[in-house]
Amino acid sequence: MIETINLTKKYGSFTALDSLNLKIEKGTVFGFVGHNGAGKSTTFSILATLLAPTSGTAFVNGYDVTKDPKKVRNHIGYMPDFFGVYDQFKTVEYLDFYGASYGIPPSEREVLIPQLLELVNLSNKKDTYVDLLSRGMKQRLCLARSLIHDPEVLILDEPASGLDPRARIEMREILKELKNMGKTIIISSHILPELAEMCDEIGVITNGKLVASGTVSSIQQQLQAHKMINVKLASSIEQAIAFLEDRPLVSAITRHEKNENTLTFAFSGNDEEQVELLKIAIEQGLSVLSFSQEESNLEDVFLEITKGVEFS
Amino acid sequence: MRSLLINPVLNKEIKLRFRSVKSFLGVFFYLFALGGIAIGFMLINTVFSATAMFRPEQSRMMFMVLSFVQMGLILFMTPGLTSGVISGERERQTLNILLTTPQSSTSIIFSKLISSIAYLVLMIVSSLPLYSIVFLFGGVSPSLLLTTFGFYFIVMVTIGSVGVMFSTLIRKTIISTIITYGVALFLAGGTAFLTVIGMELLANPSFNQTSIMPYLTGMMNPFIILISLFEDGITSELQNRSGIQFSLVTSFIISYMFITILSLVISIKRLRPNMKSKKGM
Repeated sequence: MIETINLTKKYGSFTALDSLNLKIEKGTVFGFVGHNGAGKSTTFSILATLLAPTSGTAFVNGYDVTKDPKKVRNHIGYMPDFFGVYDQFKTVEYLDFYGASYGIPPSEREVLIPQLLELVNLSNKKDTYVDLLSRGMKQRLCLARSLIHDPEVLILDEPASGLDPRARIEMREILKELKNMGKTIIISSHILPELAEMCDEIGVITNGKLVASGTVSSIQQQLQAHKMINVKLASSIEQAIAFLEDRPLVSAITRHEKNENTLTFAFSGNDEEQVELLKIAIEQGLSVLSFSQEESNLEDVFLEITKGVEFS
Repeated sequence: MRSLLINPVLNKEIKLRFRSVKSFLGVFFYLFALGGIAIGFMLINTVFSATAMFRPEQSRMMFMVLSFVQMGLILFMTPGLTSGVISGERERQTLNILLTTPQSSTSIIFSKLISSIAYLVLMIVSSLPLYSIVFLFGGVSPSLLLTTFGFYFIVMVTIGSVGVMFSTLIRKTIISTIITYGVALFLAGGTAFLTVIGMELLANPSFNQTSIMPYLTGMMNPFIILISLFEDGITSELQNRSGIQFSLVTSFIISYMFITILSLVISIKRLRPNMKSKKGM
């Protein structure tokens, strides 16, 4: 459904996108994670036929974005990270304009627009001037706009940025509904942890390169090699630090500021080695109250990856 | 052609442009300025004149004055109306969305130009009642009025196309506007200045030869063409001194059409990126 082959974009000597290879199957919700300037919006702009790649190519629904941009436009619904609206349009007129732009006959638009407004919970704002809508409402209206021609592929660049928690939840619910409708969605977001449950796959991009790609759980597993462990001790904290410092698989030992009896360290061993570590600690007389592994959520994964951690 | 003229962008542009209070204020002040000049001209020739009469020659003179003022206003307003049509959408962050719709670049560019011209045409048409004063006193034929309006139309389309082109090529509206005003100023003032200089040089007896320069600059100047519509003298003078007997008005139409077509082709080609990647896969 979406495929990029060695997709590269350079601005002079700066490489915004470096040989990106992606394959997203039909009906997949793909989350694209990366820090600001990592190359997410560049990828989306190329997929939306707004930017020409320096080399490589991308396919949407089988159409090459560099050779068949017109056909690609008919198959995508694009929502940019920053967008404006025509202030003097009413909500209905705004959607009507884009419906007409996609060649939808007026009679069909009359039926379609109320349905779309219903989907994005804006039915009560149909005669309001777009300018008077809140930011969250404008985001939802833009999403409705991107759906007007019933595209198979949705390219959503940070659709929830700048929204308050309630508006984010509303946006998430709408996206879930779109997923259930079978749309192929590629979405970038800073609130990806919140979207983890609806993303089938995620890709992590940093400095224009895809550093990790796969299902949410597989990426978390890849990070297991770098799990963080919390240890709470009843006493002899200095002895515990000395013990851990001698262990080859342990690094980054830190003492909690508020709870001085607790230590956190990074452990790069497997489960058996983790059991062994605890066993030796107890044998050496350390008074361990608790020994637990921090559950890494998607946000931690993202932070770890973008810090430059190598994957095993 | 039908889809080019009746399309969503054109509908949107016309709806939004004519919905705003600014547009109506624009027409109001335009007519206020033009009406003030017409009434002032009549007062000077009647109330403040010893003869206190308004003769057909004066009526013709008033028509010329109105035409010149209207030409000036067109040259002043067209860059303002067209030099932000694309860059303005870019600045308001609406252009990207528009460009992901299947609408052709040709359709978008033409719609933007036609809607801007439509507003100018409205202004010109709404000034017609002022011209009726001229017909009341005689001295001007309706065909001259139609020719003058046709001439306005050519100037509007050409300057408008140049404005749309700079608006497409340049990201910032303010810079695009300044450059378009620069081009309009050159066409209105620069070419007139060069024509006068050229004519003066050729008038010098020691400079005993012809040159095409005054003709070339003269045919680009809307005011010189406007005078030539009223008086033949200037045309024959330019033709004699340059040694070219070809009609000045025809040369003007050809050159302005060339500028229009070139500007529109560049705008259409540059509105969207050329999606072909520079290197192979």
